[in-house]
Amino acid sequence: MIPRHQSFLFIVLLVASITLGAVLWTTLDRAHKRMLDSQESAPTQAPQVAPSEQATLMVANDAENSVTARVFSLPLPQNPEARARAILGKLFDLDAAPGATHPVPGGASSVNEVFLLPVGAGTDPATARSSSTARSGSAAGDELAVVNLASAFVSAHPSGLEAETLTILSICATLHANFPEVTEVRFLVDGQQRATLAGHADLTRTYLTGETVSTQGANP
Amino acid sequence: MRERKRIPPAGFSALSLNRVRMTGSLTAGIAAFIVLCAPAVFAQTAPAARFVVLLDAAHGGADSGARLDSELEKAYTLAFSVRLRSLLMVRGMDVVITRDSDTTVDPDQRAAVADRARPQACLSLHASESGSGVHIFVSSLAPVQPGTMLPWKTAQAAWIERSSTLAGVINSALTHAGMAVTLGRVALPAIDSMTCPAVALEIAPGQASDNSGSASLDYADYQSRVADALAAALVEWRSEDRGGRQP
Repeated sequence: MIPRHQSFLFIVLLVASITLGAVLWTTLDRAHKRMLDSQESAPTQAPQVAPSEQATLMVANDAENSVTARVFSLPLPQNPEARARAILGKLFDLDAAPGATHPVPGGASSVNEVFLLPVGAGTDPATARSSSTARSGSAAGDELAVVNLASAFVSAHPSGLEAETLTILSICATLHANFPEVTEVRFLVDGQQRATLAGHADLTRTYLTGETVSTQGANP
Repeated sequence: MRERKRIPPAGFSALSLNRVRMTGSLTAGIAAFIVLCAPAVFAQTAPAARFVVLLDAAHGGADSGARLDSELEKAYTLAFSVRLRSLLMVRGMDVVITRDSDTTVDPDQRAAVADRARPQACLSLHASESGSGVHIFVSSLAPVQPGTMLPWKTAQAAWIERSSTLAGVINSALTHAGMAVTLGRVALPAIDSMTCPAVALEIAPGQASDNSGSASLDYADYQSRVADALAAALVEWRSEDRGGRQP
């Protein structure tokens, strides 16, 4: 014989389950209707096409160990950081194209983000190399570009002193050519600091764009 | 009867004093002569100053470096450093190497070996399939005046001028040997911490001496010509008065 209090408890739980099921069903139905309503009322807006502007890309050449300026007309966004990312994306598209003078796979998706910060903001003194020279020569308005590369790009990058150095030189020189206020460049890979690009070139240091521009053509 | 001790006349005393003075002058003269002649004598008899070269075979152990056509970069650089080491030792140089087997050596350890050995030239050896000929790199640190204290990560900054001069000597030797050479600057942690004239060399594919076939890293005579040219460059570096230790 089932005790009376157990029978009572069973009935209470059964009623509670049925009630909760009904509440969930009603809530789900309301959410579905709300979603359908919002889709109907969503405004349809045509995407804006940015006007084409000229951008200078510093294209690397493995055979000559040099970086050469080439001017392209590109649709560029107004936001400076998005603009820098778009310009570097075009640079990497050139490197990924067949017959490239500096073949590196990856293309435009190799750059996750570019952040532009005032010089001195977020600089780690332990890893800032040659920073004394940079700081003493920096002026108000100078900017630090932080380039966040995709790990897939870094993994596929050819290993070698020349290949890695040219990639870094072309990035720094391209940023400086299009954003003269960018005087320093730092690199991250998927948001993390990484020791080298592909086993050689140091990615922990701060690169001075003035130095990279003066050494293009690569004479010590 | 006890003989009285005679007191010498004053003239005798003066004469003795003069003799003493003359003897002193003679001694001083001999001493001065020895002092003046000593450097010349020692210069003729002292052994020649050690000329130390550091060879840094890049990568090793867990760090394989670039994947070349026939082998890994770490194996190529080790084999090349052994070849170059024997050439330099034959020419009377002391050679210090950062590794002689397939072991992992981090950049700080390489720099520490270099800084302890106090070499007159440091060569960091690399290899790559991209480009052609030999790529010569000097640290991209901005030059600074040498001070009493050098920051570890930028110690090479005080040696940039000497390193560039060494790169020029190597460039001349390789060009003279018919190699394609490119010069550049690089941010390489191993050489950035070295306190010596330091150059990173990247050997890229080259032609065989008979110009048959495509460029390759594997031609034995190509490797031999590169090693010979580097040995000649270091002999030149030693013979010039630029092989000192001061930055």
